Amino acid sequence: MTRPLMTRDDAPLLELRDLGKDYGSVIALDGISATVRAGEVTCVLGDNGAGKSTLIKILSGVHRADRGELLLDGAPVAFGAPREALDAGIATVYQDLAMIPLMAIWRNFFLGAEPTKGWGPFRRFDGAQARDVTRRELAAMGIDIRDPDQPVGTLSGGERQSVAIARAVYFGARVLILDEPTSALGVKQAGVVLRYVAQARDRGVGVVLITHNPHHAYPVGDRFLLLNRGRSLGEFAKEDISREELTRLMAGGAELDALAHELERPGN
Amino acid sequence: MVKPELGALVGAIAVFAFFAVQSETFRSTRGIANWLDPASTLGIMAVAVALLMIGGHFDLSAGVLVGTTALTVGIVATEFGQNLWVAIGVSLVLALLIGFVNGWLVTRTGLPSFIITLGTFLMLQGLNLGLTKLFTSTVTVTGIDDVPGYAAAEWVFASRVEILGAEVRIAVLWWLLFTALATWVLLRTRFGNWVFATGGDDAAARNVGVPARRTSIVLFMTTAGAAWFVGTTLAVRLTSVQANTGIGQELIYIVAAVIGGCLLTGGFGSAIGASLGALIFGMTQLGIPYLRWDADWFYFFLGAMLLLAVLGNRLVRRYAEAARR
Repeated sequence: MTRPLMTRDDAPLLELRDLGKDYGSVIALDGISATVRAGEVTCVLGDNGAGKSTLIKILSGVHRADRGELLLDGAPVAFGAPREALDAGIATVYQDLAMIPLMAIWRNFFLGAEPTKGWGPFRRFDGAQARDVTRRELAAMGIDIRDPDQPVGTLSGGERQSVAIARAVYFGARVLILDEPTSALGVKQAGVVLRYVAQARDRGVGVVLITHNPHHAYPVGDRFLLLNRGRSLGEFAKEDISREELTRLMAGGAELDALAHELERPGN
Repeated sequence: MVKPELGALVGAIAVFAFFAVQSETFRSTRGIANWLDPASTLGIMAVAVALLMIGGHFDLSAGVLVGTTALTVGIVATEFGQNLWVAIGVSLVLALLIGFVNGWLVTRTGLPSFIITLGTFLMLQGLNLGLTKLFTSTVTVTGIDDVPGYAAAEWVFASRVEILGAEVRIAVLWWLLFTALATWVLLRTRFGNWVFATGGDDAAARNVGVPARRTSIVLFMTTAGAAWFVGTTLAVRLTSVQANTGIGQELIYIVAAVIGGCLLTGGFGSAIGASLGALIFGMTQLGIPYLRWDADWFYFFLGAMLLLAVLGNRLVRRYAEAARR
């Protein structure tokens, strides 16, 4: 597989500069900087309460940042609504809220952006085209579905996330934000999803992968932003950090050592 | 995927066979025209209620609203001396307004539609009686056929059409038309896709840009519109309206929709299924007296059908959500 060639001097697709967000007097995020480049995966790692959700909400247009800058293609942007972020090419796939289980795959795939034919009162949902495109797009991502008419609920969790990723890519996402896509999945299913994350990356999409699992992030990530209680522990390129270091930082470094000490058997 | 109306189709065939074998009147063209009549007015409502249920909501005020619209037609025409078509127009505007308020309250507050429409149901029940007494000093509006415009209204809402030697009420044709229209909208339009999505998971639907609130409000207004159509049909057909018309029917609409395969939790169901549910209702309601059985058996039978349908629907849901992980 060939990766699109990117020169490092290009303006990144998305750049975060010292972003901050408060909820009342609570500082939810402060001083967050990171870059997302086309054809790369930027992983955002952090424990519960680290500020991952707040960051997603800023990137996807649900909230505005109170401090700092968000740059898209080098130009500052501020999204007032999810629709604006979507129109700018930033798509978000939420963990549990990506698909409607009782609806057919092709209906889900085009939900909210249904192709139509005919005019006036006879304008209708072009089901034949929707089925075709769904089958073709999923095949292009290497997702093998037996029948686009089967309800999404019959798919496995990994397949569901994959279909949601394929959908975002098809609808022109340049930046794809994935909210904990592997957290509810077993090892094998998580592998399936990570493979499609890599597929999206290889098609030139800039991916923001949000996770609390360094073992899922490390193999697929190009750069890693570590969050702890709303602050950044730094952004690292893959060559600058090992998996062990990532895991250690992620778990709170010194805190983990203290915990290990505490859990040691007495007398050892 | 299993078709939602499959169970209702099997049920309808079984019920038809059961009565047709034992009663010659039941299977005659005149008999068929007779049992299609109760099925038609119920069916028009059941189709609208099914759309609303697929969209994830209930409307308990749908039954009493049939009375409200019929009474409005009667009172505006007879007490205010308006042309019947003016009265029918006023009634439509009122119905859509009530539907809008139902939908607006439900989507604004996020409270269950069950409780919001229970409130409007009780309010309308009181208004129906109170205003009818106020205007007519009785509990009945009469003399709708003495109003100008009645002949044309009768032709549209209450005429009979001869089909295969039997006089069929025109409501039966309207019912078939509305069922076809609702099926087309549900399965072949963007709006239909949004109805399934809103009922299936409105947060997920909103995330991908479906106007879930607007979809819900339109569905409440559609149900109210259907109530207006049936209410007008009753007013024109009977030429007098009782103040308690329609009360209790709201549950029968839901029963028909559920027998037709609608899930109580939303996101799944069909308009054809709801119509088949209404058909089963009509066949049973007239089939039982044709067999000279006591009419009390009717409700037992309806309840049994409902239970069977709910058990069947449960299997559908399980199948669709089998492989969650």
